[in-house]
Amino acid sequence: MYRLAKTGKLMIDILPDKCDFCGCCVGVCPEDAIELKEAEIFIIDPRCTNCAKCVWSCPIEVIKFNREGVLAK
Amino acid sequence: MKNEYDVIVVGAGPAGSMAARFAAEQGVSVLMLEKDRDVGYPVRCGEAISKAGVEEFISSDDKWIAAKISKFSFNAPDGTEVILDFGEAGYVLERRIFDYELARTAANQGAEIITRAYVNGLMFDNGNVSGVKYEFQGEQKEVKAKVVIAADGVESRVGRWAGLETHIDFRDMESAVQITAANIPVDQKTLYFYFGKDVAPNGYFWIFPKGQNNANIGLGVSGIIGKKKSAQSFLNDFMNKNYPNAPVLTTVAGGVPCAITLQKISAPGILVVGDAARQVNPLSGGGIASGMIGGSIAGRIAAESVKMKKPDHILTYDKAWADRLGKRHEIFNRIKEGIYNFSDEKFNNIAHSINKVPYGKRTLGRVFTAALFNQPSLLIDVAKVFV
Repeated sequence: MYRLAKTGKLMIDILPDKCDFCGCCVGVCPEDAIELKEAEIFIIDPRCTNCAKCVWSCPIEVIKFNREGVLAK
Repeated sequence: MKNEYDVIVVGAGPAGSMAARFAAEQGVSVLMLEKDRDVGYPVRCGEAISKAGVEEFISSDDKWIAAKISKFSFNAPDGTEVILDFGEAGYVLERRIFDYELARTAANQGAEIITRAYVNGLMFDNGNVSGVKYEFQGEQKEVKAKVVIAADGVESRVGRWAGLETHIDFRDMESAVQITAANIPVDQKTLYFYFGKDVAPNGYFWIFPKGQNNANIGLGVSGIIGKKKSAQSFLNDFMNKNYPNAPVLTTVAGGVPCAITLQKISAPGILVVGDAARQVNPLSGGGIASGMIGGSIAGRIAAESVKMKKPDHILTYDKAWADRLGKRHEIFNRIKEGIYNFSDEKFNNIAHSINKVPYGKRTLGRVFTAALFNQPSLLIDVAKVFV
């Protein structure tokens, strides 16, 4: 079962275990599709358009573009 | 803790604390909410600031000064070093203490502060912002305000919920990573900047001393570069080459919005300040001093509006900010856009030209004139801000 973004299969995958919760991705997200708390981060799937701006803006490579789609846990 | 405040500030960084302080000192009720458990930590910042930028708001105090800076060292890709001497120019801060002290100045004026309070929505009344929704100790809560001041940093979601366009173009976001390392034998009075495609294309790499041979070492790169190579990867390369076994005391990521201020930083019931408003100096990436200025203006105007019972008064904030710094930042941004894509060869040539100016005569104006003599369009902007 793939997770569903606004534009079909969700292809953006955040690796929360490696995240520093710095907020770069949130600042560049045109859809307000990333929720970020003190030490918790996740994509708000129905808002994401797979634009990948968060991927390019992550300074420590913890957001991946996954062409296959992201599987629901 | 009340059910309603005159002013609620979201975020307790330097901009938020100054907003809270300048509102509270006029006698209105103020609540500041911080999402993290500590004010001032984690520190996502290079921590350099001019002495004047600090002292507009707080007297210098050794307990939050890690290093006193009098020189800048600019390093071109071919290794040419340009040194500029500015006398007692600035500091590298210990921000985990500095931010704490700033928040205390707000508390001293009567502001209430709560940490671990995560704001996740706004309340509205007839389309006007009328309070915030937040999560605290596992419970969802609401608190009303006449004015909300969004100081929520680089993420800048709070303003967005009020309909303001706050997201920043990924090309203007300098995504940064920094370590604080020990045993870095650099001059403790000098800020070091490194340029070039190998170290930090479209940005710069920095080493800022923090006293006792500790230093903040980091860089920021635009999302354009980040597409191909991340800031982390550039940092690893630099450290492996220059300080392979340096003990790392802190590692932190962060974003520096290097753009002009948002088109609109106010809406009915809400003002946006600091990094959230994109009030960072887009050329240097420095945002502590400008954030404090933005916060102080917003706090003052919010309190005036409450006292005069004129909600529309807060909409004068945009112009007040533009007149104080916003227009200046537009000039800095044009300079940034001019030098952003300089080739390594160009940086080398600039360094060679500047080094022909005698050391004792290197004012910023003369340095830029020497550097940009064949870029007349940029020179006009440089003259406006530096000469």
